[in-house]
Amino acid sequence: MYTFSNKLRLGSFIAMGLGFIFLVIGFMSAPSTVEEAKAMVAVHDDGHGGGHAEAATESHGDQGHGVEASHGEEHDSSHDEHLLSQLKNRPWSALYVAAFFFFMISLGVLAFYAIQRAAQAGWSPLLFRVMEGITAYLVPGGIIVFVILLLSAMHMNHLFVWMDSEVVAHDELLQGKAGYLNPTFFLIRAAIFLGGWIFYRQYSRKLSLAQDESDDNTNFVKNFRWSAGFLVFYLVTESMMSWDWIMSVDPHWFSTLFGWYVFASMFVSGITVIAMVTVYLKSKGYLEDVNNSHIHDLAKFMFGISIFWTYLWFAQFMLIWYANIPEEVTYYVARFQDYKLPFFGMLVLNFVFPLLVLMNSDYKRINWFVIMTGIVVLFGHYLDIFNMIMPATVGDQWFIGLPEIGGILFFGGLFVYWVFTALTKAPLQPKRNPFIEESRHFHY
Amino acid sequence: MASKVIQALYNDDDVLMHAVKKVRAEHHHIEEVYTPFPVHGLDKAMGLADTRIAITSFLYGCLGLTVAVVMMNFIMIEDWPQDIGGKPSFSYLENMPAFVPIMFELTVFFAAHLMVITFYLRSRMWPFKKAENPDKRTTDDHFLMEIGLHDNENELAELLWETGAVEVKVTEKES
Repeated sequence: MYTFSNKLRLGSFIAMGLGFIFLVIGFMSAPSTVEEAKAMVAVHDDGHGGGHAEAATESHGDQGHGVEASHGEEHDSSHDEHLLSQLKNRPWSALYVAAFFFFMISLGVLAFYAIQRAAQAGWSPLLFRVMEGITAYLVPGGIIVFVILLLSAMHMNHLFVWMDSEVVAHDELLQGKAGYLNPTFFLIRAAIFLGGWIFYRQYSRKLSLAQDESDDNTNFVKNFRWSAGFLVFYLVTESMMSWDWIMSVDPHWFSTLFGWYVFASMFVSGITVIAMVTVYLKSKGYLEDVNNSHIHDLAKFMFGISIFWTYLWFAQFMLIWYANIPEEVTYYVARFQDYKLPFFGMLVLNFVFPLLVLMNSDYKRINWFVIMTGIVVLFGHYLDIFNMIMPATVGDQWFIGLPEIGGILFFGGLFVYWVFTALTKAPLQPKRNPFIEESRHFHY
Repeated sequence: MASKVIQALYNDDDVLMHAVKKVRAEHHHIEEVYTPFPVHGLDKAMGLADTRIAITSFLYGCLGLTVAVVMMNFIMIEDWPQDIGGKPSFSYLENMPAFVPIMFELTVFFAAHLMVITFYLRSRMWPFKKAENPDKRTTDDHFLMEIGLHDNENELAELLWETGAVEVKVTEKES
């Protein structure tokens, strides 16, 4: 049985506390009036000069920084309103991106786990308890995301513009989509997705624990059937979830492979976290039977799915770039103009870096190497989600500051706390899984 | 120079694997094992050095990528620039996304083909090469282990029979 080390528990509480404070500061410092918003942008220009404020200065010409009088004249009032809603959205977006990111990790692990179950894989049963521990976060993580979506539907924020009936009234495209994109149906769908995923997770965990105590394989077989069924459900709902929760922040824009793209991101993040938790537990003397062949396999998946992610990213980008249809390219124009660093930085972190460092087969077996690569890959995929949400909600007013770091710390802390608490609940090695011997002798 | 070798035949890959481990544990040098199909883990059991073909594969991939970049630059930018879909081909960088599939394909093409050719040459297999196979049955359902002899014929034969060989014979081998 694993016992949650006090150091790690304390660390997760500190992260949660700090993150919470940062998030509160983020919410408190968001402007509530147009004047405040304009003053903030002006102050920013003064303080930072370059950096992300560049975009703001560019649009004001060359008058220099902080010339507030001329600012007022140039802006029309609708632009100011827009600026205000962007700045108001920033802490909400930071919260949402981090909440979704950590939720997505456990969902990705759930998919990986179901695949192992449905394929009756022989190498991985030793890691099942680790995966079950990570998917435990699906429950709190899913509920938090749902609450944020609910608050959006209640007009606490403007992450989803199509929820604003004022906007829809003046937008024919949104009126056409209203049958699908309306707050009620949106929340019903979210509840169905989350309900299905959480049900499978809890039921499969129950069967997995029952298998340890039983004297035949009925629980195992049942788990196999439910896992295969879950994968079908997941394939459809994950895709719809990505349209609903992410793509609809840009309600005019659409991409047909968006579901796959989000899936690749969550899959690689999930596998990375499995590898990292496994290596951590091994370093503490648990999971004695897990050998470097298991780590090698996980690292191979990290490498392969990173390439797969790039493939989908590029497939989506190239078609839109080549076709050059105005309503499609705006998506990338916004990212090329205002998000150069996170957008191209993400490509380096998620593609070039894993491609080069994980290519060598020997490196995939070195524990600290997998951990360091994992941290970079996870940060890269946080940026990926950041790039999916932020351009639509905060536009050129993005910055990785207190609310963003606070979001990562808070949900990261909660994630670690929840996952490692779940790991203490059951023995780390399944006893009666029919493939456990094969997994123990897994050597390549 | 002809050398004397002892050859043991097996009809099961599991038996073969155990035999290889046992023979090596007794400090005999296995010269070669002939199998009808690749036996998983046999290379490690025999103590063969790791393959270096991955390195050549990487280098060939880099070569393919370079060829693709240079080729597309010559064809599409320098030699015959065209205006495709409102994207005039005057700059390599601005048209680069369109060339990525070609860069990818040529990287894979070069890596795969040159790696296969390298593998054949390194295994000393080329057209009209005479087969080195000592026993035709190893292309069907038998496995053959070959060990060099140094005046220890009886001892080795006994050991090989013990490991479950179905046939043991001593032959001269040209090398």
